[in-house]
Amino acid sequence: MTGSFDTEKAVSREEALQPQMVTVEIAGKSFRVPAGITLMKALWYTGHEVTRGAGCLGGFCGACATYYRTRDDPKVKTCLGCSHAVEDGMSFSFAPAFPARKATYDLNELENPKQDLFTLYPEAPLCRNCNACTEACPQQIDVREGVWKAVFGDFKAVSETFMDCVMCGMCVPVCIADIAPNLVGVYASRAYGVREMEKPPGLFDRIQAIADGRYNDDWERILKMSDDELQQTSATITS
Amino acid sequence: MDIQALHDVVHRSRDARRQQTLPKLSPAERDTLIKKFHPDHREAAYRPVSFGPNEGDLTVRELASVLEGDSVVPDDLSLTPHYEADVLVVGGGGAGCAAALHAHGQGAKVLLATKLRLGDSNSVMAQGGMQIAVAPNDSPVQHFLDTLKGGHMKNDHELLKTMVEEGPSIAKWLLELGVLFDRDDDGNLHVKKGGGSTKARLLTCSDYTGLEIMRVLKDEVLNQKIQLLEFAAAVELLSDEHGACTGAVFQDLDNKRFLVAAAKTVILATGGIGRLHIQGFPTSNHYGATGDGLALAYRIGAPLVQIDTFQYHPSGGVYPEQLVGQLVTEGIRSEGGHLVNGRGERFVNELDTRDVVSSSIIRECEEGRGVRMPTGRVGVWLDTPLLEAEHGEGTLDKHFPAMVRQYARYGVDIRKDPVLIYPTLHYQNGGVKIDVNGETSVKNLFVAGETSGGLHGRNRLMGNSLLDLMVFGKRSGLTVAGRVGTMSHGRLTLNHLQRFRIEAKKRRVTNQVTSPVVLPAYTEQP
Repeated sequence: MTGSFDTEKAVSREEALQPQMVTVEIAGKSFRVPAGITLMKALWYTGHEVTRGAGCLGGFCGACATYYRTRDDPKVKTCLGCSHAVEDGMSFSFAPAFPARKATYDLNELENPKQDLFTLYPEAPLCRNCNACTEACPQQIDVREGVWKAVFGDFKAVSETFMDCVMCGMCVPVCIADIAPNLVGVYASRAYGVREMEKPPGLFDRIQAIADGRYNDDWERILKMSDDELQQTSATITS
Repeated sequence: MDIQALHDVVHRSRDARRQQTLPKLSPAERDTLIKKFHPDHREAAYRPVSFGPNEGDLTVRELASVLEGDSVVPDDLSLTPHYEADVLVVGGGGAGCAAALHAHGQGAKVLLATKLRLGDSNSVMAQGGMQIAVAPNDSPVQHFLDTLKGGHMKNDHELLKTMVEEGPSIAKWLLELGVLFDRDDDGNLHVKKGGGSTKARLLTCSDYTGLEIMRVLKDEVLNQKIQLLEFAAAVELLSDEHGACTGAVFQDLDNKRFLVAAAKTVILATGGIGRLHIQGFPTSNHYGATGDGLALAYRIGAPLVQIDTFQYHPSGGVYPEQLVGQLVTEGIRSEGGHLVNGRGERFVNELDTRDVVSSSIIRECEEGRGVRMPTGRVGVWLDTPLLEAEHGEGTLDKHFPAMVRQYARYGVDIRKDPVLIYPTLHYQNGGVKIDVNGETSVKNLFVAGETSGGLHGRNRLMGNSLLDLMVFGKRSGLTVAGRVGTMSHGRLTLNHLQRFRIEAKKRRVTNQVTSPVVLPAYTEQP
């Protein structure tokens, strides 16, 4: 496998060798690209310089949110361009950064995070249940449900609902009530962690033990060892 | 080719394999395996660096060129600053955010610059978890010894002791920011076992640990209104007449203009190097992982350590083609997933260290026991359905939602069928030499995270990177914040760059590339 990745090319030799080419439309212009490559690779393959809209390339950072439509289907869908393959007849455009408003807050200073939600994000309770956010989510999160859970104060459920959220923001431009559901999700999830979760007792015991110097003797013994002795010691410890 | 027939080999051998226990290798066996099959030992891939602080040291050809590379910045660039800060943090991943938040928290004026968006990083992709010795049967000393063993005893003891001892306080900090680590029924932090570790020590947020941490850190950086400079790539550092670091020059990726930032201290947190595709390997790394911090630090005179060793993560995707090089979480092996060759046999203890497991996968493939797919690529199986068999239906959905989704996008159901994997370039084990506060040999230049070196030895242990980022991000942030109050801004010069250029000329270094690389050259040129 070594050497098979041509660093000068977006598309690997294996992909380029695939005989089948497909026609796609990128931001309104038609191109021929190898079948099955990702939308991101299609950008590179067709000579686009990519400085915006590309991040982790692994489906986690949400930078490459993309709108696409397949042949003859009127429905415009969303995906992460780094993790979605081209199809013949597909049209797509990478989504520009959307100017959503993020509230700023100090989670420890808030009097009542569940009430404060309505001050920080006063639009949150105005959801009209259109469900467009859920349909826009490339991570298949039930976004609408998450927003309602936040409004009803079930922040634990919000944190579970939004755990898969990559913050691509595709739920924001579709909202007719101008809610930024992903930002509401982060707020509620963090507030749950900071204000509702119990402190893990074992962690605080361990921090205290370190502060009390309970491992000092072990450290002294270990750090005096020669490399050979250390190797012996670490080889003999087992679970 | 019938892929189902290839799958069937795994399905048929599953019950027999479940009865097996494979021993871990002895130190001597590990050495032999690694020397024969690990990419770090392919001599032809290496050459000495021809000049500079690491002159004569062997490293991979790709990195040597970057270190010897020339800057895009002209000698006579006007250095009137566009930005002034106490602390300039370069990089918006885990280490950069941790450094910025801690420095800001102490009252320092921070500028956080990144060439992509805040948070676009490798950190956000970390799935396996974060090693912190919190369990009652565990200790920082045990964590130290496991890491040392994983690193082939080559880890810097002082850096390592610092990291493992500060781990628990990092967990506390993240909890206070609202990071939702998985918990046990008694409220304690749930720990999972990672490859190469003798104790269960991985803190996780299902298989979204890095994403959860980064969502929170990004949100907090924005809450704190820390000044941001996005889509601007650091292309050169600045130094004063004594050689201390005094800022950086950026290039705006949109309009290509140079931007000068004057800073009393600089923290480089630019991450790794995977997008240089060392030895032609695919990579699990993010778009901007081009080793920029190494080039910047090297030109200003900071020595690097252990630049001859890289981590090839055992489980990079092989099929389908869209997933080539992308990481398949180690968590599957932590929870008992088997590695299986084309004959339906296990061939390594799956929880051995990454270098051992990767070397053994390469061995299987080079000796003809791999599985060749219709795309021409070769790999071995990771038996994901085994987890459903062992722990009950729904296990993968519950513990590995990200991975289920990752494959479902391409029509592969990992609950029913195994996935094919092969090592992928994952991590730079070495980097810029730092002290326990992250400071380099160049005064007022700090490095945190993957760009730094020494802590991980010759092989980083799973789950130690997230902790590294947080501990040394924090320490560098606190150290600079404690220093800047009594400092004034230094002079802004490019003296070090002029010296570097004279040296390159004297040594007749030809065909110099431009470095830092900033972004990989994937765009097809006409």
